Amino acid sequence: MSRRYDSRTTIFSPEGRLYQVEYAQEAIANAGTAIGILAADGVVLACEKKVTSKLLDKDGSAEKLYHINDQMMCAVAGMTADALILVNNARVTAQTHLKTYNEEIPCELLIKRLCDVKQGYTQHGGLRPFGVSFLYAGYDDRYQFQLYTSNPSGNYSGWKATAIGANNSAAQTLLKKDYASDMSLRGACELAIKVLSKTVDSSNLNSDKLEFATLSLGADGRVVRKIWSELDVDLLIKELGVLEKADEE
Amino acid sequence: MDIILGVRLQDCTLVATSKAATRGISVLKANDDKTRILNTHNLLAYTGEAGDTVQFAEYIQANIQLYLMRENDTELSPKATALFVRNQLATSLRSRKPYQVNVLIGGYDTKTDVPALSWIDYLGTHVELPYAAHGYAAFYCSSLFDRHYRKDMDLEAGLDLLRMCVKELEMRMPIDFKGVYVKVVGKDGVRAIEL
Repeated sequence: MSRRYDSRTTIFSPEGRLYQVEYAQEAIANAGTAIGILAADGVVLACEKKVTSKLLDKDGSAEKLYHINDQMMCAVAGMTADALILVNNARVTAQTHLKTYNEEIPCELLIKRLCDVKQGYTQHGGLRPFGVSFLYAGYDDRYQFQLYTSNPSGNYSGWKATAIGANNSAAQTLLKKDYASDMSLRGACELAIKVLSKTVDSSNLNSDKLEFATLSLGADGRVVRKIWSELDVDLLIKELGVLEKADEE
Repeated sequence: MDIILGVRLQDCTLVATSKAATRGISVLKANDDKTRILNTHNLLAYTGEAGDTVQFAEYIQANIQLYLMRENDTELSPKATALFVRNQLATSLRSRKPYQVNVLIGGYDTKTDVPALSWIDYLGTHVELPYAAHGYAAFYCSSLFDRHYRKDMDLEAGLDLLRMCVKELEMRMPIDFKGVYVKVVGKDGVRAIEL
């Protein structure tokens, strides 16, 4: 029955729903988990890597973490190819703003622009919506550190800690339980690993399965964005000993 | 032959513009205000080709207001505003019929609590200056500014400096510019002041 209203992205079903948009959101719910946590002195983005073939040649770039500009990064859940289009769009928007105003674009404005593009595909017909959700970590001098998410419908919202992708509701429950607003970036990284260790179905979590990125302020007051190397991720896991702790519980 | 002057003081920026609107040899109006308020802490003063001036100023004003609305009342800083205006003039210069407008932007940066003054001409030249003037007024006033400007000047000292400039202009300029309007851009926004 619902099939009749499935084929077009822009047609409402009798219950007032847009099936294609909901399907897109469903597709994301099967993608690897990505979580973001806002700390007092930074933001951390952590993702589960899905493609872990030994034969895959690593070109050094992250699978689902992207730099947007000097003050923003994002994590992706869903179709990477779709995400690349939007990430490219975001990068151009950010640089255009920088060119006209000689100021970095405020985080929310950039996300708003990106979500306008996403929204367009739920209203103008003939095309499918973008099958991606984003987690954005950003810094601007108005609101300092920020964490946002956006989904295929074009809605966005700001969070202290949130998760997208597979098991996101389980991850969010864990985050709600353990989040403290005065958390340091280090504490946030620890929490991120702890949550991922429980939501990712893998017995031993290591850098093959994880991707990490942090946003913080350097000594000179400039924003430091870092997508972690595998070595750093392994080191963090080892140092924290989160996995052993989790086992004991 | 309009006069526009700007002086950056310790805690505010002063902008003075002549009241006369002239066409050829006639004075059409003696209470013409050659400024537009862009947002609470930015004032645009303009001079140039009649018609182009108001059109351009109001176009800029509308765009700055639009930014304000889109950005939940977050103001564009004086530097960002000036850069935006410069960009518009530079784009216009490369079009078929460029705007022939020169502007001064008096602003106050609420984030850093620093007043700002930008000088921009129709070619898209942008400079941040402690004092500035466009057109013939610049010939008469630059020397006065050079001699008497101090960077720790307060409002009263700034007004004294402007009075000297106006006196000089009235003495030397062959036309009657009907006096000047003076605006202060400070912490609390833009306000008019009697010279």
